[in-house]
Amino acid sequence: MDPRRGPLAVPKVRRVDAAAGPLAVPKVRRVGFFTSIEPSPETPRPNRSLSGPAEAITSSSPLSDSPSGQFISPVQIPPSRHHSDNLASRAAPVPVPGPSAFRRQLANDRTLHVGSYNPVDSLLGTSPPSSNGEVSEDSGSLFGFQRSDSAKLSASFPNGGFDMTVAVRAPGESEAKVATASTSDGRKKNVEASGESESVATKPRKEKETKSLKEKTSKAERRAIQEAQRAAKGEGSKRAGESSRPKPSKPAKQPPPKKEAPQVTSSVSEKRAVSVEKERRMDVPQTQMQYDDKSRVDKAKRRSVVEQTESKNKVELFLHLPQYERGNQLPNLSSNIFTLDTIHHAVYKVGLQHLAGDIAGDNARCIAMLHAFQEAINDYTTPPMKDLTMDLTAKINGYVSFLIECRPLSMSMGNAIRFLKNQIRKLPVDLSEPEAKASLCSEIGRFIDEKILLADKVIVQHAVTKIRDGEVLLTYGFSCVVEMILLYAHEIGRKFRVVIVDSRPNLEGQKLLRRLVTRGLDCTYTHINAVSYIMGEVTRVFLGASSIFSNGTLYSKVGTACVAMVANAFSVPVIVCCEAYKFHERVLLDSICSNELGDPDAIANVPLRNNKKHSKTMDNNKNLQFLNLMYDSTPAEYISMIVTDYGMIPPTSIPVIVREYRREDLLL
Amino acid sequence: MPDVQSTVLEFVNKLRKRKIEGSQATAKCTVELLRSVISQQRVPHSNQASALIDAVKAVGEQLVAANPVELAVGNVVRRVLHIIREEDLSLATAAMAGLDLLDASDDDGEDDNCKGVGYSAMSAAVAAAAARSTLRPPSLQTLLEGTPESAAVPYTSSSGADSESKTADKSSITRKLKHDVIEGVNHLILEISGCHEQIAEQAIEHIHQNEVILTLGSSRTVLEFLCAAKEKKRSFRVFVAEGAPRYQGHLLAKELVARGLQTTVITDSAVFAMISRVNMVIIGAHAVMANGGVIGPVGVNMAALAAKKHAVPFVVLAGSHKLCPLYPHNPEVLLNELRSPSELLDFGEFSDCLDFGAGSGSPLLQVVNPTFDYVPPSLVSLFITDTGGHNPSYMYRLIADYYSADDLVM
Repeated sequence: MDPRRGPLAVPKVRRVDAAAGPLAVPKVRRVGFFTSIEPSPETPRPNRSLSGPAEAITSSSPLSDSPSGQFISPVQIPPSRHHSDNLASRAAPVPVPGPSAFRRQLANDRTLHVGSYNPVDSLLGTSPPSSNGEVSEDSGSLFGFQRSDSAKLSASFPNGGFDMTVAVRAPGESEAKVATASTSDGRKKNVEASGESESVATKPRKEKETKSLKEKTSKAERRAIQEAQRAAKGEGSKRAGESSRPKPSKPAKQPPPKKEAPQVTSSVSEKRAVSVEKERRMDVPQTQMQYDDKSRVDKAKRRSVVEQTESKNKVELFLHLPQYERGNQLPNLSSNIFTLDTIHHAVYKVGLQHLAGDIAGDNARCIAMLHAFQEAINDYTTPPMKDLTMDLTAKINGYVSFLIECRPLSMSMGNAIRFLKNQIRKLPVDLSEPEAKASLCSEIGRFIDEKILLADKVIVQHAVTKIRDGEVLLTYGFSCVVEMILLYAHEIGRKFRVVIVDSRPNLEGQKLLRRLVTRGLDCTYTHINAVSYIMGEVTRVFLGASSIFSNGTLYSKVGTACVAMVANAFSVPVIVCCEAYKFHERVLLDSICSNELGDPDAIANVPLRNNKKHSKTMDNNKNLQFLNLMYDSTPAEYISMIVTDYGMIPPTSIPVIVREYRREDLLL
Repeated sequence: MPDVQSTVLEFVNKLRKRKIEGSQATAKCTVELLRSVISQQRVPHSNQASALIDAVKAVGEQLVAANPVELAVGNVVRRVLHIIREEDLSLATAAMAGLDLLDASDDDGEDDNCKGVGYSAMSAAVAAAAARSTLRPPSLQTLLEGTPESAAVPYTSSSGADSESKTADKSSITRKLKHDVIEGVNHLILEISGCHEQIAEQAIEHIHQNEVILTLGSSRTVLEFLCAAKEKKRSFRVFVAEGAPRYQGHLLAKELVARGLQTTVITDSAVFAMISRVNMVIIGAHAVMANGGVIGPVGVNMAALAAKKHAVPFVVLAGSHKLCPLYPHNPEVLLNELRSPSELLDFGEFSDCLDFGAGSGSPLLQVVNPTFDYVPPSLVSLFITDTGGHNPSYMYRLIADYYSADDLVM
């Protein structure tokens, strides 16, 4: 065994029954537990037809179609280009390509974007870049870069051969270079937005960068790049307003490395270091907007589409989160729908649906958003004298900031947006506009199919092996994956009971209860306060997730942590079902720093007989506040197992998945 | 004056229909009822104590059976029984002491009134002293002498010091016993109604400036406790979990705001999320068991677990009438009460689903709506009662001060 694989040897979850243990298939390395279910033809496939808005989308790639469909659970260490067997085999002509073949193919495909590639790595094929990561980390700190992300760095190995991979694939050269250029542009755009002085400071470096590219860029391409830069600069001031996502990171993160970098780096390594740094900054997730930062909020307000009135009675602990009055913007906004200029109507509609709470559930929200983007891209035409990549990214940024105004994005939506932006950035320049649009739309469609719909099916297949006859399963709130699991287990004849725990103010559990009871499942309904009463009879807890952070923290609907904690106290295994696209490389310790606040009135209005006056008279009392938290974070120690489309893994393996596959996902 | 039996029945009905809410109100009603039972009970010349005990026990059994979950009823009945035994004991020792020290007793006060006051003032001390004796094996002297009237009750001669009775004749003893018992019960009533103030007095020692306090359920004790700290110019913030489906947290929040405390209402599900910023969890108990476990409003266990996880002190306020001398077994189920499902689900909305199960015989949909929650002693940091702060492990001892061992099983 290669010693470098060390960190990837993931400890197995031991509490789950050994019967479903790994049936070792030596050819592919797998992470965690996996099932090798042989679905007999008569067993019905889990279908999504019951879960909400996803209903409309019929999966274009049913599981059984693929040659290796019977064989799910492929958590393979060699990062496959597509994250599951069947997908990979559909994409590539070889049914199950050998790992090294994969690696090499990958190397051919995407090397140049990262600037350099370690040829040894590509030959070794399966070796994860952990040791390389260390080396490059060292060199990174040599250059004075404190923030290091080994996964990203390892790929952009500073002293690796830049040319080797270039030689491998000449045709891809120009494309990749443009991609690099445009990333640097993206960076510059941010820089310019952050202030004039900074843009001056970065200018020389920018020049140097373009110079460094010159030797490999043809004249025409160079011109295109310059054009793009000019366009970006011209738009700079305008865009500074539009893109609110990159903004918050600027004051907090960017200045320190910028000041250090030029001093420490030697002139030889500067070029490379800059590109590494940019690359890294690109990949580090941007910090969220902090709403207690007055100047920033004011700026954001000036350009906002949605008119928000700040609530009078803010909760002090959560000043960093937006606290607005609810329910007064909607009529105003919906009347605006015919006078739109900047926002595409489909996006506008989705935004309003988010605002009104018509679409709930992370998957549904994400799918709705992606469909809206699809539509917007379809209707998009590049303005004259503008670059499609730049302009479309700016457009998308505008849409995103509008959506954020409507309701803060969920982590999964953030991931999807990052994917989309990467796709746009990677578009080959020689592609005509219709082609580019078509490719983007199909990529979005593929993302929805593979990362959400298909992932759900795989999760159902995995999770259903954990349900045995006579069990009592507890679930909290409403999660469409959990619903699919329960229904599927019921369909294949498992006998079990379901306990649905619900909480105010949304009472989503009632929706799930209704669906399960009408399908004939035996259900018990209770509220979250009684969870310790009911937990004694429960044998397993199934939870949905909004996101899972790389320290294993589960970020989910508020109350999930309570349920997991009580289950842990009663020694009941907690199984979290989460699609891998929701994993996030951020870390989170508590539920305060990053959260979303719901409508406080939803809490204030209780069905109490003599409470009518309560909310009325107390409304303007400074001392009384209502806090409607939307999410909370569950520490990893309460989670026994996470079921994802890559298999069943312990929460400690999240960073592995994020490191090994995030890159693939983004560069898909 | 109404017939005792009818008032008892009326009260039993009220208990059965759960008309009386809150353990303090229940305890108060129970004591008052028992007082009238005692005052109306005709006592025979001999063995009056056991006659009183029997009468109280008979009523007490009815009351406990009416609402076995409301432990305060049983506690109060036991307290009254304890008072009767106590007074009997002290009278008996006084009688003996009077025989021994005839000369010393002559110069004591003559009128009963004065004595009564003296008794009520001293009864706490007497109770404590005598209760201590119940844990001890009877002393050698008691074993040798033996008393005819209360042979069952072990006692020590130490309690003889505070009895200055000089009566020797039977009739005056009878009159006196009943009188003393009623005085004792009156004192108990005062104690129950005054427990808030006594607990609240300690607030200043526990609540600091700028603290964040989490509470749940609606407890008057907690309200008084927090307000007492507020009156002492401490400024702090209170998070109140709303306590669905009864929303008692909203009632508490309303009261707190009315008294000028800065209050934030959170959902029950946000307890774990918020606990990391909370300095102390303060709850009012429904009952405290002898092992130090707490029965509280539903959701308390969750808060206690979260507090434990974040090392936040979990403080339980309990008046002495909430101290139950029983050791719990499976209290989540046995000492719990399931309320109407309509609080959780609207029957009309789900009636179509319910019909679905009618064919198969067993209903597919069950709704669980418990009232109480049990917190094991390991999760409790501190008990604050009207006699001060105590560890969970000390509760058994505290309880022994209030009850006599004979009454534990009624």
